[in-house]
Amino acid sequence: MIRVQEAPFDVGAELAALTAGRTDIGGVASFTGLVRDMAGAQPITAMTLEHYPGMTERKLAEIDAEAAARWALQASLIVHRYGRMLPGEPIVLVATAAPHRAAALEACAFLIDWLKTKAPFWKLEETAEASQWVEARASDDQAAARWTRQR
Amino acid sequence: MKILYFAWLRGKTGTASEQVSPPAEVATVGALMQWLAARHPGFAEALTAPGVVRAAVNQDYAEPGDPVRPDDEVAFFPPVTGG
Repeated sequence: MIRVQEAPFDVGAELAALTAGRTDIGGVASFTGLVRDMAGAQPITAMTLEHYPGMTERKLAEIDAEAAARWALQASLIVHRYGRMLPGEPIVLVATAAPHRAAALEACAFLIDWLKTKAPFWKLEETAEASQWVEARASDDQAAARWTRQR
Repeated sequence: MKILYFAWLRGKTGTASEQVSPPAEVATVGALMQWLAARHPGFAEALTAPGVVRAAVNQDYAEPGDPVRPDDEVAFFPPVTGG
């Protein structure tokens, strides 16, 4: 399941809902991305996430379906926020449930790596003096590339 | 044709969205970029750095050689930075 929303979310409540009423799940892996208070040496006062409504949901659904096709998952969840948020607030949650840990952990890493390079979001960081768009990182492309299927 | 600009590209063009009617020979993403560059000096400036301006046609990522049609939604944006 995927969700794109402006409102904050409660990680505990989301994970509880993912497994509610289920007794077949062996483990849940999750990753929560938070707003950091520093960008390099610069203190950050807030961050605004812009996205491409419509395409965002399409891409997240594609990535979610790809994970479900590659790993034996019993459930998966992607929640991604947009709008303005403060340091310490959650930005994104990825959670995967599987009978055993390997599938859950690998699929969770895959989802966040792919999401970072394929989902149309852009971060604008605010400091006390100015606002600046975050530049894409080559290390994110490399992290995503390790999941490219060997042919 | 509906054109969308995101993140700092919006600042370069001064608009988030515009409706345009390029001539028929503007049939690819790359040709459309050049045509739009003639309308927006800021967009032309963004194109001088190779690979920085990315595109999507009808909400799927597209390359410069991909086709565009009059009723398409075409978006331009810098590399994504979500997650």
